[in-house]
Formats: sequence, structure tokens, C-alpha cells
Amino acid sequence: MNLRGILKTALGALRRNVMRTLLTTLGIVIGVAAVITMMEIGNGATLAIQRTLTSIGANTLVVIPGAQNVGGINYGMGSMTTLTPHDAESIARECPAVANVAPIVRARTQVVYGNRNWVPTYIYGSTPSFLRVRDWTDLDEGESFTEHDVRNASKVCVVGKTIVRELFAGRSPVGKEIRVRNVAFKVVGVLSPKGANLMGLDQDDILLAPWTTIKYRVVATSLSGGNQSVTDTTNATEVNSLSQTYPNLSTSLYPVPSSNELADVPQPIRFANVDQILTNARSAADIPAAIREITEVLRENHHLRPAALSDFTVRDMTEITKAMSSTTELITKLLLYVAMISLVVGGVGIMNIMLVSVTERTREIGLRMAVGAEPNDILRQFLAEAVVLCLLGGLMGILTGRATSILVSRLLKWPTAPSLGAIAAAVAVSASVGVLFGFYPAFKGSRLDPIDALRYE
Amino acid sequence: MGDLVELRDIRKTYHLGEVDLPVLKGVSLTIAPGELVTVMGASGSGKSTLMNILGCLDHPTSGEYWLEGVEISQYGPKARARLRNRTIGFVFQSFNLLPRTTALENVLMPLAYEREGLGEHQKRQRAEEMLGRVGLTDRIHHQPSQLSGGEQQRVAIARSLINRPKVLLADEPTGNLDSRTSEEILEMFERLNGEDGITIVLVTHDPGVARHARRTIRVKDGLIEVPGGGD
Repeated sequence: MNLRGILKTALGALRRNVMRTLLTTLGIVIGVAAVITMMEIGNGATLAIQRTLTSIGANTLVVIPGAQNVGGINYGMGSMTTLTPHDAESIARECPAVANVAPIVRARTQVVYGNRNWVPTYIYGSTPSFLRVRDWTDLDEGESFTEHDVRNASKVCVVGKTIVRELFAGRSPVGKEIRVRNVAFKVVGVLSPKGANLMGLDQDDILLAPWTTIKYRVVATSLSGGNQSVTDTTNATEVNSLSQTYPNLSTSLYPVPSSNELADVPQPIRFANVDQILTNARSAADIPAAIREITEVLRENHHLRPAALSDFTVRDMTEITKAMSSTTELITKLLLYVAMISLVVGGVGIMNIMLVSVTERTREIGLRMAVGAEPNDILRQFLAEAVVLCLLGGLMGILTGRATSILVSRLLKWPTAPSLGAIAAAVAVSASVGVLFGFYPAFKGSRLDPIDALRYE
Repeated sequence: MGDLVELRDIRKTYHLGEVDLPVLKGVSLTIAPGELVTVMGASGSGKSTLMNILGCLDHPTSGEYWLEGVEISQYGPKARARLRNRTIGFVFQSFNLLPRTTALENVLMPLAYEREGLGEHQKRQRAEEMLGRVGLTDRIHHQPSQLSGGEQQRVAIARSLINRPKVLLADEPTGNLDSRTSEEILEMFERLNGEDGITIVLVTHDPGVARHARRTIRVKDGLIEVPGGGD
């Protein structure tokens, strides 16, 4: 008997008892529908979790300049001044895998308001993109500074909760002026609290201003030397209460290079260098692509020959990315196991009904054998019926599952994401459930003795 | 070898636990092509077992079974299935039609297992022809529940003929029918035997039925009674 004949016979047999066919497939329908609904809700949940983890910065990539090495003395990571705002712009323009780019200029100095003063953990000069990179765009009060402020080097800033507590004793700082190294900044916004980062540093202890303002008005002096930290402390000629309060800060870690040495190893002079560039990839999956693109663009910008080492490093948040992928994997596995169980239950249901069907149709089997069906023909027929049942159930299950997940997302507002993989898996699994659980009853039927089968009442 | 069927000293013993139950104790008979034979015997006489062996549903414990000049008593299940499909037609007392399946599909059913590779169209044509021959041309799309007992048995006969068998084995084909319908069915057997030359073996315990046949084989206690020797 050819495949078409087998299918026709199977469909004919199933049509003879429509009600039972429907009830039998119900197990598979529910199983497959559950698989698809759960996979889609799971996918949605995974996306939501990814979004949450992204807000702690899982997709963040930090570009930092390389280490400066003068006369055998390595000044450590970030001691070169190779990154420019132009680099940041190129990355934003030419890297499709990168979502947002923010150049960063750092400073560490005293901030004064009225009779209070404080040294924030972070004084960052950046662009409004910084808040987008860090997923921090919801401000508690006021608003962020603008690109316009960046171009004009406006003396405006937004501050974190810790600074509000320390300088303003919790009162609203918006519209007030604070002084950063004797430069008056107008506070335009207060950031929402973010708490400590993974290393325990208080992320709310931040003052964020346009990078141009920080660069040219606050740390302008640090441009003179190759290494900010060295020159900051050794060349601190202006009134800085810190160097007097803590005199040991002024001890030089490195020998001051002589004029000869400086002449031997000329530093490229970039007046507008930035300390680092903060970017984020469009998604966790885009991270490797983003790193590759950033590296290409920057090497091009810095005119590095193919053999030359990069004068910068791109860092990703390996720890968070790992946590994210393991969480996602766990959810997917969990859902898969639950789905498996429901499909097995459905399969056992099919086996039950097929066994009943074989018993009920013993006379039919006997008759078919009497007119010349071989045991294998009987086996094939019942197996085909089971598989057709399962595939029918799978089909209905897919429709039900899709409908359910759409309903869930509409009514419960749960995030769901359609999953083609789940549909393909459901079809494959329901067919194999049919073969697996249909085999025993079919085998049993095929081993019947035609005489007994014909006489069966 | 002119005989269609030849049994030589066929014995069949069932083993029920430790007890051996001999049912056929050495049956020998021949049936020539084109014969219409009735088999008679009381219940438990072994006639059903004999029919099962003739119909290749079962194999004898010992003895030889020659069908169309081939010794088939030790054929395996697969080979016997093929013989049943090609050479033997069955008509049962209880019709054994598939429920909720049209007469046409019922008649077509044995062709699902033929191995000559007939086309869909050919099969259908042949099935319609067979239903025509049993006088059911206007009933081909009826289901068994919509047919009378006699009509159902005629569908069953059409089904048994679809593979153009050499031998038709009918096991009490009129047992579930009233006398008038029985008469019709028996006439149909006679016509098939007379016009188409199909060999027919008819099991019955109705002496009235046996009158339709020229020859009657009587089975008693697992043996064939010598013609004219008994009653």
C-alpha cells in the first residue's frame, strides 16, 4: 500500500468516529498549545529580563585609551590620550550594532554649595546620550542638559540622589548653583536613584555635566601632561583644598620625565581628548559585532597600520552578560521540561485510545487479514492513524497556542514573543509522539491471529 | 494435477494446556475447478477448523494442502496473507462490513492490499462492476446501516469477488437471513458458479441449502463421512 493509500485509510478510519478522534487529539492539542503558549510567554519573559539586565548595563561597552609607556615605565590603563569626541561621533555614525555613544571626561574634585561641600565619586562630563547608554533617562526632577548645552559648554549639570542628600540636605536642588572648582554650575535635574553598582560603588554619587564644560572649564589644566593623575597632583598650583588636606597625595609615583625624554617620545597632542567612550550594543547578541565595528572605526580614525597594536581597548560586561545568558537558558530549559511533560501526557492519552481502538476493531483487523492484509499492513495502518491524530492535534494545538498567547498578551498585558522554533518543535514532537505511543497498540493489532480476530465479539 | 484443492490426511490438534485436543483426524478431499460444494456437520464436528485451513487462515498440524498444484501447508503468515488476497474469497455469516463506510469503499477494501499496482480508476471501475453483478448499482454510496441484511451480504459477496479469486469460501452465508433472502443469495452463488465458473465451498447446517449443491461433504468428529455411508 502506498503512502497516499495509507493516509486515506487512516483518515477514513478516523472519520468513522469523529467525536472520539476529537477527544483523543485533545490531549495533544492541549499539550502542543501549552508548549507554544509557554514558549511565547517564556520568550516574552526572557526579553523582559534582558531589558532589566540591560538597565544594569549588560550591553555596555567601554572604550578606554591604551597604556602609555615612556622610557620603560608603564603608566597603566587609560594613561594615553588617544580618544577624541570625534571618535565618539564616528562610532555613533558608522557602527550599526551600537545603539548609543557617550564620550566621558572624568574629574575628581570638590563640590560646594553654601556652607556644605562634598567630593562626589563621579564627576562626569558627557552628552545627553550618557543617560540613554546607562538606561537612566527617567529623571526624578527637572530635565537633562541638551546637545545645545554640550556645544556651548554651558555651566549646567544634573546630580544624583547622594549629592542632593549631602549638599542640599534632601531639598530640591533644581535651579540652584553649585560650585565645582570655583566654576558655578546650575543644577537642571535630579537623577532617579540607581543604588550601588556591582562593585559596591554608589552610582547616585554623581554629577553629570556637558563634557565640554568639564573639559574646558574644570579640568583644563590637566591637558598639559600625558597623565592626568600625575600632573593633577604634582602641578596643583591653584587653590585646591584637597592637596593641602592630604599632603601625601602630592608625592609623585613616577619620575618626572626630563625635557629630553619628552622630546624622544613625543605625545600626539589632541586638545580635545576624552577619558573614555561609553557605548551600548543594540542587544546582547550584538555585543561581539559592536566590539568588532568599534575596533575597525577607531583603528581607521587613529591611522593604525594593520600590524600595529591598538591604542585603545573595548571592554564588555562579561560578568553581567554571563548572568544574563544563564538566566535566559534556565528559563528556556524550565519551559521545555514543562512542555515535555504535557506532551508525554498527551501521548499516553493517544496510546490509551489507540489500544481501545485496536480492541474495538479486532473484527475489522481480522477481516482485513482475511482479505490479504499482512501484519505489517495492519501495523502501518494503526501507526498512520496515530501519527495523523497527533499531527491533527499538533495543528489545532498551534492555532490554539497562538490564540492563547495573543489573548494573554492582550488581556494580561504580559509580554509574549512569537516563536517559530516552538512551532516547528511542536510539530516534530507531536509526530514523534504519534509514532512512539502509536507503536505499541499498532504492534498489538498486527500480531492478532486472524481466526481469533474474526471470531471476536 | 486437475484439482484446484487437494487435502491429504490433514490433521489439526489444539494444545489446551497439557491436554491435546485433536479436531481434524486425517481429512482427505479434492475439489475440482468449477465445483459447488457444501460442507455440512454439527457444531464441534471440525468443519470450522477445516474451513480455516482451506481458507489459509490457519495451517494444519500435519498433512498436505495442495492449492492450484502448490503445496502450501507450511506457508508462513505473510505468504498465506498473499494467497488469501489473490486466490481465496471469504463470505461470512455476519457479513463483516466496515461500519460507517460506503458499500463502494467496503468492496474496494481488499484492493488496498493487492500488489499488482492497479490504478485508482481501475480499482473503482472494478468495484462498481462487482456491485453491479450483485445487483446493487443504485446502492454504492449507502452505508451498511442503510442496507438490508440481504443487501449487506451481497456487498460482502462483491467484496469477496473483487480480487477475482479461484475459490469462494462461504461460512453459513445465509445464517443471519430470512428464508426468502437466503434463497436469493443462494441463487446468486449458483449463478456465480454456473456463469463465471468460480469454485464455491459453502458451509451450512441447513439441509435445504445443501440441496443447491451437486456435492455435499459431511464432517463428523474430525473425519469426512464416506458419501452414502452414513444416513
